[in-house]
Amino acid sequence: MDTLASRPNTLGRHFLYVLSSNPVTAIAFALFALIVLTGVFGPLLVPYDPLATHSARALEPPSWDHWFGTDHLGRDVFSRVVVATRLDLLISVAAVSLSFVLGSLMGALAGFFGGWADRIIGRVLDTVMAFPLFVLAMGIVAAAGNTIENIIIATAIINLPFYARMVRAEVNIRRNAGFVQAARLSGNLDWRVLATQIFPNALPPIMVQLSLNMGWAILNAAGLSFIGLGVRPPTPEWGIMVAEGANFIVSGEWWLTLFPGLALMLAVFTFNLLGDGLRDLVDPQRRT
Amino acid sequence: MPLPLPQRLRAIGYRLLQAVPVIFGIIVITFLLTRALPGDPAVYFAGPAADERSIAEIRAQLGLDRPLPVQFWHYLGDLARGDLGTSISTGQPVIHELMTRLPASLELTLAALLFAVLVAVPLGILAATRPDTWVDHLCRFIVTAGVSLPTFFTGLLLVYIFYFLLGWAPPPMGRLDILYLSPERVTGFYLIDAVIAGEYAVWRSAAAHLVLPALTLGLFTLAPIARMTRAAMLQILASDFIRTARAAGLTRRKILIAYAFRNALLPVITTLGMVFSFALGANVLVEKVFAWPGIGSYAVEALVVSDYAAVQGFVLAMALLFVMLNLVIDLTYTLIDPRVRLGD
Amino acid sequence: MTATAPLLAIEDLTVEFATRRGTVRAIEQVSLSITRGETLGVVGESGSGKSVSAYSVLQILDRAGRIAQGSIQFSGMRLDQASERTLLDIRGREISMIFQNPRAALNPIKPVGRQIEDVLLQHTLAARSNVRNEAIKALKAVRIADPEQRYHAYPFELSGGMCQRVVIAIALACRPQLLIADEPTTGLDVTTQKAVMELVVELTHERRMASILITHDLGLAAAYCDRIVVMEQGKIVESAQVSTLFQAPQHPYTQRLLRATPRLDSRIRDLLPEPRPAPVFPPHGPPLLEVRDLVREFPARGQTSAVRAVDSISFTVHQGESLGLVGESGCGKSTTSAMLMRLLDTSSGQILFKGEDIAAVPAARFARHPLRGKLQMVFQDPTDSLNPRWTAERSIADPLLRLSNLSRRQRRLRVQELAERVGLPLNLLGRFPHQLSGGQKSRVGIARAIALDPDLVVLDEPTAALDVSVQAVVLNLLADLRADLGMSYLFITHDLNVVRLICDRVMVMQAGVILEHGSTEQVLSRPEQAYTRTLLAAIPHPPPVQV
Repeated sequence: MDTLASRPNTLGRHFLYVLSSNPVTAIAFALFALIVLTGVFGPLLVPYDPLATHSARALEPPSWDHWFGTDHLGRDVFSRVVVATRLDLLISVAAVSLSFVLGSLMGALAGFFGGWADRIIGRVLDTVMAFPLFVLAMGIVAAAGNTIENIIIATAIINLPFYARMVRAEVNIRRNAGFVQAARLSGNLDWRVLATQIFPNALPPIMVQLSLNMGWAILNAAGLSFIGLGVRPPTPEWGIMVAEGANFIVSGEWWLTLFPGLALMLAVFTFNLLGDGLRDLVDPQRRT
Repeated sequence: MPLPLPQRLRAIGYRLLQAVPVIFGIIVITFLLTRALPGDPAVYFAGPAADERSIAEIRAQLGLDRPLPVQFWHYLGDLARGDLGTSISTGQPVIHELMTRLPASLELTLAALLFAVLVAVPLGILAATRPDTWVDHLCRFIVTAGVSLPTFFTGLLLVYIFYFLLGWAPPPMGRLDILYLSPERVTGFYLIDAVIAGEYAVWRSAAAHLVLPALTLGLFTLAPIARMTRAAMLQILASDFIRTARAAGLTRRKILIAYAFRNALLPVITTLGMVFSFALGANVLVEKVFAWPGIGSYAVEALVVSDYAAVQGFVLAMALLFVMLNLVIDLTYTLIDPRVRLGD
Repeated sequence: MTATAPLLAIEDLTVEFATRRGTVRAIEQVSLSITRGETLGVVGESGSGKSVSAYSVLQILDRAGRIAQGSIQFSGMRLDQASERTLLDIRGREISMIFQNPRAALNPIKPVGRQIEDVLLQHTLAARSNVRNEAIKALKAVRIADPEQRYHAYPFELSGGMCQRVVIAIALACRPQLLIADEPTTGLDVTTQKAVMELVVELTHERRMASILITHDLGLAAAYCDRIVVMEQGKIVESAQVSTLFQAPQHPYTQRLLRATPRLDSRIRDLLPEPRPAPVFPPHGPPLLEVRDLVREFPARGQTSAVRAVDSISFTVHQGESLGLVGESGCGKSTTSAMLMRLLDTSSGQILFKGEDIAAVPAARFARHPLRGKLQMVFQDPTDSLNPRWTAERSIADPLLRLSNLSRRQRRLRVQELAERVGLPLNLLGRFPHQLSGGQKSRVGIARAIALDPDLVVLDEPTAALDVSVQAVVLNLLADLRADLGMSYLFITHDLNVVRLICDRVMVMQAGVILEHGSTEQVLSRPEQAYTRTLLAAIPHPPPVQV
């Protein structure tokens, strides 16, 4: 069927068109690729063992030997920053996927069926949203125990309401759209209408949210480890590294904080830019 | 016609009533966080140095061996008496410590928000009136960079530049130089109390200490406000009634302020709820960086020593504070928007 | 024409818009003029550039639009070269505008009286001390009852017609010399439409103003204008006095437009540019659908009793028959169609379809009912009724996939056969909705509805969102399909002219009940109910034409 064959092609062309018309988006995609590659291959490529201490060479400023300098135990900051990418990425990807799946499910049920399902789900979300979200995450990790899994779960829970509410709203406005009614007339049962008509059309704005949330999830996880929750030293993780460096900033050893902080910022920045870029990409109205 | 006053009061009363189930939900969750999650609360409450027997004693003492509903009932009773338990690290009642430290957190958060609103709203309006110009791109860049900056990192960076390199800012340790005693407590806000006490030097020191942390927190909260202002203004400026106003010959200024901005304010106020949520969370991190003696740094210290009553009290206090702020936002909205009706 | 200088003269006006795909010319070399006391109609279909012409007079185009060429003279002043400051004094004071969708045209959070005050103060036609009285006077002038009270009202508290009166009050508060009305009655009910137009005409005549009426409706323009300018794709194709235009239209586009606009005496084939033999319908068969005492209630907020949206209606549709259901917005016609289609549960009553009471089957379970395929619908908005992520082929094939046993190959053939039947070129089957025109989308929707050879098709305002020329084609297609396939139609509409063309019998609905019921001929020529007569009187009719 020629129409089907040409579809990926037009999508690909549209992708290229968006990239070429918006250099910022192209940069964001490039950065994204870089971060993912660093996460995957980083640990294989780094010059030093990120955990190896070397007390003779502690607190050295950046040099040819140690691009990002060394920390108070003489560990290579560059290697630690690179290796940390995988963990930070894993935490946020896991947390965001979890909240995306559960949130979409809850939101779709609430938005499509309304009534009691809507009221109960709405109450639960209201209660979660009644906490300042980072504070709730602190409470959850503190109560459930100081592990990476709990960091993921806590981050997922505080992200959940965003997806659930968004999906609910997107589903709700389409619930009685003409094409949805038409699908019912064509003999589609409710669940199929939801799965094939409503949800795919609600997906684009959610994808944008997904990207923006990735950045936020990374920030949250790093924030939690900054205050000593979740990931523990000596594991390399950006938030902890900034926290460890904090003690040295007042005495001028800036590299301990700056490089992990910049890495963190770059990652979050990339996901935020990507979110803006995706908005253009997934909008079918702009595809020609 | 504007709602007659009694009807408005009823709308406000109704809104207050709606907060009740939310507060109940908060209490249930803070309760469940301690009692129902894996991990033995008695171990936390006993502290890190406790042995088997003292843990068992504490379990009985706290009533943790009884069924959950009974425990919840006791928890409610304690809350009603304002009893949040006792901090194991300081030996003080948690409620007392929180109340002492709350003004410091509030002063910081409000100063930051004031800064954020003063910068973000004009920036958003400016960007919306000149879409796709360099002003707009700059605004978008600042906004994206702003949400991407981890607050703790910005804070440390500012400390390095303004304290270590330039020496303009005081050391990041608390609210005042050690030379000064805190002004007599009236509001707990040093900037206000110092004025009341007439102590100019204290006021200066307090202000100097407040600048960097407020800036740090403000930079983070600025982004969502600017983003929303821009989006709301763009949408409103494209709407039909702006066209009517233009066709009627109203001046640009009048249209922008009295017509567009007044309408754009509504979604911006709604965003403030989310902004408060971010600000209160980021507040914890900023307090840690600047050793700010607020409830955030109290919680961080408590976390380190597994002082669970303190952490639980902190979570509850933050949530209640947030609910209150949201109420204020909603009530403001009710007063501004004529379309909000009873029960909406 | 007299020798007096025109009040407004537009010459060779070209307006361009900067878009993502380069510069687009919205209007090209448009010239028109209007003298004092004259009413000029600017008529065209969507995309003809009629609104852009009006906006460029007041220079309130979007940021992306600019005047590329030409001049606009108003009382001897070059508006296209005027400074923003001068324009501020012109807008609202010398030239005013009113718009479609009046509720959106008012500031939602400001009392309407205060919005009138803003204009009066801006043009210093009132001082702070007396501005309130002046605003109330302006409200009184547009016949708003109880103006002192309404002064405090917010737009959301007023009906659409009321809001339009307020917009008119704002426009006329400063006694301008020229009023530009951009589709002022679109979206309003016919009865409100008439009241609003009569108010505009009366006020402009009384104040000896000139006015420009921009509309897609030739009938409306004919009823209220002295002269008509016809626009097509950014250009003026014809300009003439009303009587001349209708008696001897010169341009082929005008002729087509005139033909396509339904009139009192037109028959369905008259709408088409080329003559065709009238469709021959098979004789009516036995009753296909019998509705008995159908009721639908909705719980009402703040009230103990429920609101009856549909209040015990009964009617019958015979096999091969086309029945019209006419009413204004909110009369319950859409609720009725949703219940008949089994998309909405009934409160009480029976729906006998082919002898079976389908009201007894819950709406949620009807999707798998054997009669599902025999009961289909064409929706009001062709864009909204197609899944934006599906190709035309996928949309048409969906009912076949769910409710027939055809193989993949058979389905493809059937979709092609359907596309041919509804006149959709086969090469468009692979396109997505946003790549199709309004008329093409409407054909896709019709093909999907007839895919399973239904016995009854409910047509819910199927042409309301279409331009008249497209409407003409779609109405003819619907008539042909009924003649060929022997289906029955329930045609829901607010437009009595369309009912006349396509229905055998008609029901008039108001406030949930059927007021009047009879053959189309009888109801439309000798209505028994006062309400039906009001409806009929409210429709503007273009004069008869000789084309």
